[in-house]
Amino acid sequence: MLSGTDTEAAGYAVRLRAVTKVYDTGVAALGPLDLEVRRGEFLSLVGPSGCGKSTALRLVAGLAAPSAGTVDVSHHGAQRRGSHPIGFVFQEPTLMPWATVRDNVRLPFKLAHAPAADADARIDDALEQVGLADFASAYPRELSGGMKMRVSLARALVTDPDILLMDEPFAALDEITRFRLNNDLLSLWRNLHKTVIFVTHSVFESVYLSQRVIVMTARPGRIGAEFRISAAEPRGEEFRTSGEYAGFCREVSHALAPSYAGQADA
Amino acid sequence: MTSPRDLVRILLPVAVFAAGLALWELIVRVNDIQPYVLPSPLLVLKTLVADWPVLSQSLGVTLLTTLEGFAAAAIGGVALALLFNQSKWLEYSLFPYAVILQVTPVIAIAPLLLIYLQQQTAVIVCAWIVAFFPVLSNTTLGLNSVDRNLAGLFQLYGASKLQTLLFLKLPGALPYMLGGLRIAGGLSLIGAVVAEIAAGSAGAGSGLAFRIAESGYRLNIPRMFAALLLLSLAGIVIYGLLALISHLLLRRWHESALGKES
Repeated sequence: MLSGTDTEAAGYAVRLRAVTKVYDTGVAALGPLDLEVRRGEFLSLVGPSGCGKSTALRLVAGLAAPSAGTVDVSHHGAQRRGSHPIGFVFQEPTLMPWATVRDNVRLPFKLAHAPAADADARIDDALEQVGLADFASAYPRELSGGMKMRVSLARALVTDPDILLMDEPFAALDEITRFRLNNDLLSLWRNLHKTVIFVTHSVFESVYLSQRVIVMTARPGRIGAEFRISAAEPRGEEFRTSGEYAGFCREVSHALAPSYAGQADA
Repeated sequence: MTSPRDLVRILLPVAVFAAGLALWELIVRVNDIQPYVLPSPLLVLKTLVADWPVLSQSLGVTLLTTLEGFAAAAIGGVALALLFNQSKWLEYSLFPYAVILQVTPVIAIAPLLLIYLQQQTAVIVCAWIVAFFPVLSNTTLGLNSVDRNLAGLFQLYGASKLQTLLFLKLPGALPYMLGGLRIAGGLSLIGAVVAEIAAGSAGAGSGLAFRIAESGYRLNIPRMFAALLLLSLAGIVIYGLLALISHLLLRRWHESALGKES
């Protein structure tokens, strides 16, 4: 059973009400979408390419404005200096190639109006959390794809955000690396109590990671189905091979099938 | 470090060069060609040494003009690119004129400039006209090539326009900018030479190109070759210096500066 009582009491981290997004070209990308994400919840959005799941993340991050509806992001508690309510991890590592790992992770502090006094210590902590403490002075090109992704994760975590938005972050990695990063992300989530919204096109990844999976329809993206993944925590590699896991994957895949109907490459 | 393959790559052109010079020397001697028709390489070298006081002074003049034209092109090109990047209206209004300046042969503009400007100014303006366009167009390309997601990240963390420019756009545009500057270095030398030839006036402040024209009139062909040699060397040194600066600035992070092994 999902131990949802305490997160429920803590309220909502993100609330979308009747949100739609229509691009300037007239293409309706998203919605109308109603979505509430509880504080501390790990939620995945699964759907076909172009269903607007990335757009939904950009709306939550404030990188784009909705065409209609409201996006509420609650900023919880007293904000520390140098804190930022949202961390964002893109599909690509999105690092500055001219800066070292340390300087890449420092970016949020560098751009903040009130610089954090303990920036260096926090950068060290963030690099420690993702297991890259020894690579602080390396340049991105010297790192593997998985390590670059870890730098990107450290940069998102360094501001101690309430909400972590992840846009298909591990899609470009090989399977072994992806599994390791999945496990590391889960343990970070358990220890740091972040709200995570995770966008992926992988049913398996979404079921493995999430407390709740939302299957989106083809464009314009809406909620097609919703699943509680009520598996025991903490999850590990044995969960990946369990019958319970396979059952959830089958259910989610089944719900996802109509979203791909009519697509030539499906 | 230096593999046999690298060694061959250095030795081959040197061998070709030496063989060419030897052949040239041989042809001149065997056919007893007069120096005012075709001087031998050795004579050119002797002339270079003998006329060094005159030629070195001219070299200094030409290099100074080139440097001034290059500096103007670098500053003007980057500044214009930054302005264009900040305001689309400005870009739409002015970019066509930058193209027109670029495609009109500078040799045809130079005589006009010499009417309206002081000679020294006109020469620098010529060097600038030829050299600024690659800086402008490359820097513009670089500023427009910013990673969309990185730009989104800057937006997320509330970066100001100035911060985005300083910490994102300029470093991202640097490789493009340096590429433009490398082309501009050689072009500003060409611009300076073209303007000097068009100006064609004698005196203490006359550059290498003027020496070439003057020596031509006096049938002092060895000195023509000596001056040409100096111009060519100057071009090589300018290119080499800019390539070195570019390499030093980019070697830690940019793909273009990566060794084959990494």
